Order: sequence, then structure tokens, then C-alpha cells
Amino acid sequence: MKVLAAMSGGVDSAVAAARAVDAGHEVVGVHLALSRNSGTLRTGSRGCCTIEDSMDAQRVSALLGIKYFVWDFSERFKMEVVDDFIQEYEAGRTPNPCMRCNERIKFAALLEKALALGFDAVCTGHYATLEEHDGNLELHRSPATAKDQSYVLGVLTTEQLKHVLFPIGAESDKATIRQEAADRGLAVAQKPDSYDICFIPDGDTQGWLGEKLQEEPGDIVDRNGRKVSSHTGTHNFTVGQRKGLHIEQPAKDGKPRYVLEIKPATRTVVVGPQAALAIKELGGQRFTWCGVAPQNPEIPFEAEVQVRAHAEPVACTAMLRDGELMVITHEPILGVAPGQTAVIYVGTRVLGQFTIDRTVSAVSPESDE
Amino acid sequence: MTIYLDHAATTAIYPAVAARLVEDMQKLGNPSSIHSLGQSARGMLESAREDLAGVLGCDRNEVIFTSGGTEADNLAIKGLYWKATNVDPQRNIIVSAYTEHHAVIDPIEWLEKFQGARVHWLGVDERGVLDLAELANFLAENSSQVALVSLMWVNNETGVLNDIERVVQIASSYQVPVHTDAVAAFGHTKVVFLPGLTAMSLSAHKVGGPVGVGALIVSRAAKMISVQQGGGQERDLRGGTMNAPGARAFASAAVLSAAKVHDEAASRQVLLDYLVEEVSKAIPSARFSRGSAPGIPDLAHFTFPGCSGDSMLYLFDQQNVCVSTGSACTAGVARASHVLLAMGRSEEEATGTLRISLGRDTTRSEIDEFLATLPAVHAAALKAGLTA
Ligand SMILES: Cc1ncc(COP(=O)(O)O)c(C=O)c1O
Repeated sequence: MKVLAAMSGGVDSAVAAARAVDAGHEVVGVHLALSRNSGTLRTGSRGCCTIEDSMDAQRVSALLGIKYFVWDFSERFKMEVVDDFIQEYEAGRTPNPCMRCNERIKFAALLEKALALGFDAVCTGHYATLEEHDGNLELHRSPATAKDQSYVLGVLTTEQLKHVLFPIGAESDKATIRQEAADRGLAVAQKPDSYDICFIPDGDTQGWLGEKLQEEPGDIVDRNGRKVSSHTGTHNFTVGQRKGLHIEQPAKDGKPRYVLEIKPATRTVVVGPQAALAIKELGGQRFTWCGVAPQNPEIPFEAEVQVRAHAEPVACTAMLRDGELMVITHEPILGVAPGQTAVIYVGTRVLGQFTIDRTVSAVSPESDE
Repeated sequence: MTIYLDHAATTAIYPAVAARLVEDMQKLGNPSSIHSLGQSARGMLESAREDLAGVLGCDRNEVIFTSGGTEADNLAIKGLYWKATNVDPQRNIIVSAYTEHHAVIDPIEWLEKFQGARVHWLGVDERGVLDLAELANFLAENSSQVALVSLMWVNNETGVLNDIERVVQIASSYQVPVHTDAVAAFGHTKVVFLPGLTAMSLSAHKVGGPVGVGALIVSRAAKMISVQQGGGQERDLRGGTMNAPGARAFASAAVLSAAKVHDEAASRQVLLDYLVEEVSKAIPSARFSRGSAPGIPDLAHFTFPGCSGDSMLYLFDQQNVCVSTGSACTAGVARASHVLLAMGRSEEEATGTLRISLGRDTTRSEIDEFLATLPAVHAAALKAGLTA
């Protein structure tokens, strides 16, 4: 096969490309330029968009004896990921930009371009596996539970699954990958992983958003609509946040209050007790199936739902209802905010995902009194 | 076999020059040493200076060897700017154009950012031709505040030939110093150190010499200070142990390429006209970027609507054809060309560019092979669209 190896400059994609070469594919390395004004050197754990990262990817390609190109997706990235990130915050939601990047850039714009230029598949260094059952491709969790990245791949569609390769997806241990990189003489073997949002230079999301968004003061209210304080802009808050609320009067129960909901339309931030953060039901209109869709998704089925990259999956009942993919969890879950992606699993298989636009608290407002 | 049509990026060293360079590098001696081996090295360096001066019609003392075109540009711009503002702090305007190479734009923007320079970027038309009426008007109003004018002789992306003689004429009447980056002109059109010019940048690896050698030609009358101090070599304008073998190689390549310009200009123009015509025939939507503007015969730059340059580059490379998008590369990223944007083209147009630059040995059959791959490459690139 003619394989485009997407190379971030990190160790995972380097070893993935090496294995694709070993497997006998005709491999070309491509680094995605995503930032218009990328820094020269990497600072700490941030992203993959510096010139150093590009040079690292180029060096790996040279050692693997494959050709290497940099493709500029910075315009698309800005429109589809960065601007989307800002708009989501503006709308009071908590987006996952890495997920958007996979959905719109890596497995969409890049894959489409690769196919148009004569490639058969795109290979990446993600930890997730593909399995074929009855001629259908399925995406599954990686056996390396700590590294499993099937969550951020939940946006892949059936068509996209046909053109992706995850050569290190079944690896159970990151140390093995680093060792393999070292054995192959790749200088990126000990390069630190990246965790933070690549386009926010110093990891200060709130500060970065503050520069992009207008300050629009508004009220902080409790779940029964009573004003308890005021704020300078809703983008300073995320659901689940406790610090920085500056509420003068203590709550009746004397316990700290948390951000429960953000309503940009009225510039209101709703706060309440920690217990109210527990969510029992969530749903979203924007959803995709990963691989073959269930035959009758309207009939409720047992599944698991995961709401963040490293969150524990939670048992739930899932269903398609009135054009919305939704789940009712068997136990209340924490850390859910609109804008996040909920990925639905059946066993280890990724079944689909939706962007959360509706949540129902497990605790009623009256109980706040 | 690989077809190399990116000679504007760098071109092959003349084999005879390379052979002599290898020999010369094994000769012991620092040109600044007093002993006989030092004097031999000095002899090598000064013979190079004389030969280059001969090609350029300048005084040998006007030749300042540098580590390349970029250093020459930095020395000229900063050296002239600092001298001018040192004498008169009000004289802090630099006049240039945004179609310049980054080796000129970046030092100017650096002076603007860190040294309080003011910059006037001249307009260019959609073919990339400088608005010299604007230059004349601007100088008429502001000449007492202008530290220097820096305008390139030939544009390295589009091949547009600027009327440097006219630039010098205009600026001289106001006693404003003129620097010209002649890196892309040298070896492609007749380049001499025009009377009235203050400084001119050259680079060896674009004319069949080695990489890492260049020169700034600085008029005897120039008021300029050094940028790199340390030993006062090169007329006190550039400190550092001199690279005699490199200078020698540069001068030899310069002599050879100047002769080529003289002898082969007509035949090279025929080849270029053929290329441009065939590209337009094969891809009617393609646009020859400089249009009717005067240009050098070794470079053709096109825009291909709906295609992105990096798709075409990749596809050509698959066919073993090496071409360029023409725009500046940082770590291999093909970006919308700042030159085309300055020419008023849209971001989209400035993304779908291709620069084909011919070398001294480029043959018609190589052009034909390029042309043979073009339709398929174009079709696939069009299909891949402007995703980038
Ligand atoms: C017009 C122009 N100026 C300056 C330079 C830089 O010259 P050098 O590579 O010798 O530093 C180049 C080469 O890319 C050029 O084309």
C-alpha cells in the first residue's frame, strides 16, 4: 500500500512510520504545519507545532529512508479548530480541540488530500486497534489502558476507518515504544509526550481566551436564580470550576460552590453544591457512528460512556431519541460539560460519539435550599 | 533520472571550480599572517577580489567578501542605517518593497522593531513591477529623513527585472544611498556595479560557486559602519578570518557565469519562451506571474488556480522532478508567497504557485520531461484542491 505517515515529530508517530516501512508499505512522511507563527523550539510538553518538531520528523524520515514533506494546514486548522475552540467557549461550552483536529484535519483534510494524491491510507501513532468482523472494520481500545487513545478517535467514520493504520495501536506499553525508537537509532526516543493544547503557547487557556474574547460582565446565580455575585466574562469559567468565583456570602450549607452551568446568552454563570455536578443523563444532536451503526439504535441498549480522554468509562443505557444520541448513566458521573465529546463503547469497541449539548443533573435544585 | 529545475534555490558548482576549491582548501596559511604561507593565502584572496571586481566593473577595494547573500544584505542594511542615524537621528526611514527576499525584509523589520527605524514599503503592480513614480514622490517629500533605499535587482521568485539604473538615478539626485540585492540577478542578466550605487549583495552558490560565500560590493564613497567586529579584515567592515579558497572559487564561478550571460542570453530566452508557451497550452488556467514585465530568461513562475503548491511539489517529486513553490520555506513549509501577496494576489492564488528555474546546463529535453508530467500532476493537485 501507499501509506502517508503523519509525523508529529514525537516518538509514537516515528515508530508507527518505522513499522509501516517494515510491513512493506511504500511510506512517505508528512508533517502537518498547523500554526502560522510556530516557535523555534519546543517548550516543555506543548504540542507538536514547532520547527524543532518538524525537524525531528524530518530526521526520523531520513533515518527510515522515506521521503518527507511538510503540508501546511494552518488555515484549515485556524478555521476548524482554533476558531471553533473560541466559539465554543463563547457559547459556554468546553470543547476538546484535539478531537476537532482529528475530526476535521488529520482524518478529514489530510486524509482527503492524501487519497486525492494517490495514497491508500494514513498512518498515525495513536494507541487504538482496528478489528475486522464479518468484513466490517471496528475501532477498539488499545490494550495499553493507560495510553488508550480510542476516545479521541471516536469521531472516525466507517469510511475513514478503511483508510487508517495504527501500527503501534496494540502496543501495551509506552516504554516498549521508546525502547524500539532507541533501538532503531531515532533521536526522538526520549522526547517528552505532549499534553497541552498546542496552540496556547504557555498553557494558560483562560488568559489566552481573555485576549480573544470581550469582557462581558454578568451575574453569578444559584440554581434557583438568586444572584450571589458578579463576573467579568463567562469565558473565565468552566463547568466544575470551584476557584475564582469570588462569592462573598457563604452557602447555607457552608460548603463551597461550583460552576454548574454557563449561559452566555444571558451572561449568567450558575453555581451550586458539588453534588449537583453529578450528571445522570446527557445527549447531543451532533453524533457519528464509528464503523457499522447499530441496526435499531432507537431501542435502548447497554453500553459504556466516556466523557474525557482520561476519564473512567461509566455503564449506561444508550439510545437514539428524537434525532439525539443520548445516554442515561447507571451511576451519576462527574466532570461533564456541554461541548465535550461523549464516546460510546460496547465492550472495547468504539460505537460512536456525540458532542454533549444537554445534561441533566442527578440532584434537583430544590435540594439546594 | 532526476530533473532539477530549482536552480534559483541553488545550482551546481562548476566542476573545475570544485576541483580547484578542494586543492586550495589544503593549502596552509591565513591571509592575515605575515609569513610566506600567509602571503600566498593573501595572494589567493586578492586575486579573487580582482577577478570579481573585473566582472563587476568596480574597484577591487569595493569588494567585501562575506559568508553569503544573507550576510551581505544584513551588513548593507544595518551598516548604512546605523551610519545614517548616527550622523542624524532624524534620518531613520528605510525605503524598500515587500517583494524583497527575506534576507532584506527581515533585517529591515528587525531595525523597525528594535532600533526605531521607520519603513516605507513601495507599491508594486500585479506583475511585480516597482512603482518608481512613488519612489520619486516619496523622496521628493522625505529625502532628508531617508537612511537608505534597498531594492533588489531581480526578484528571486518571479524573475522580474527591476530598473535599478532608474532607482539609482532617482535616489542619487537626493543623495540617498541605494543598496541592491543582486543575488538573483547575477549570472542571469548583466550585472555591474552601477555608478551611484552604494552597495550590492551577491552570493556564490547561485552562480556555480560554493555555498557560504558571498560579497557585498561597497562603494568607496559609502558612509557605512561595520556590523561584525573582530580584527578589521575586509576594509574594516567585516571582521573574521577570511575564506580565501571560498573567495577564489566564487570569483572563478563569477567569471564563468558572466561569460555565459553574455554568450547565451538569446538561446536561454528561446528556451524560456518555449516553456511558458507550452505550460499555457497544457494548462490554460495557469498564469505566468510576471506577465509582460521584463525578466530574466532562467526563471518562470506560475500560479495554478485551485491547486496548492505543496500538492504539486509532492507530485512532481514522485516523478523525480525537483521544482519549487518559490516562496520562503521555514522548515520546509510552503506558505502563501509574500511576494505574490505584495503583488496584490489573493491568499488562494499565492498558495498555488510553482517556480521553474533553469540552470546553465538545462536542456530542452529536460523541459519536455517536465512538461510531460505537468498535466497529470496538475489534474491530481486540482483534485486534492486547496485543502492546505
Ligand atoms: C534574492 C536573494 N537574496 C538573498 C539570498 C540569500 O543568499 P545566501 O543563500 O547566500 O545567504 C537569496 C538566496 O536564497 C536570494 O535569492
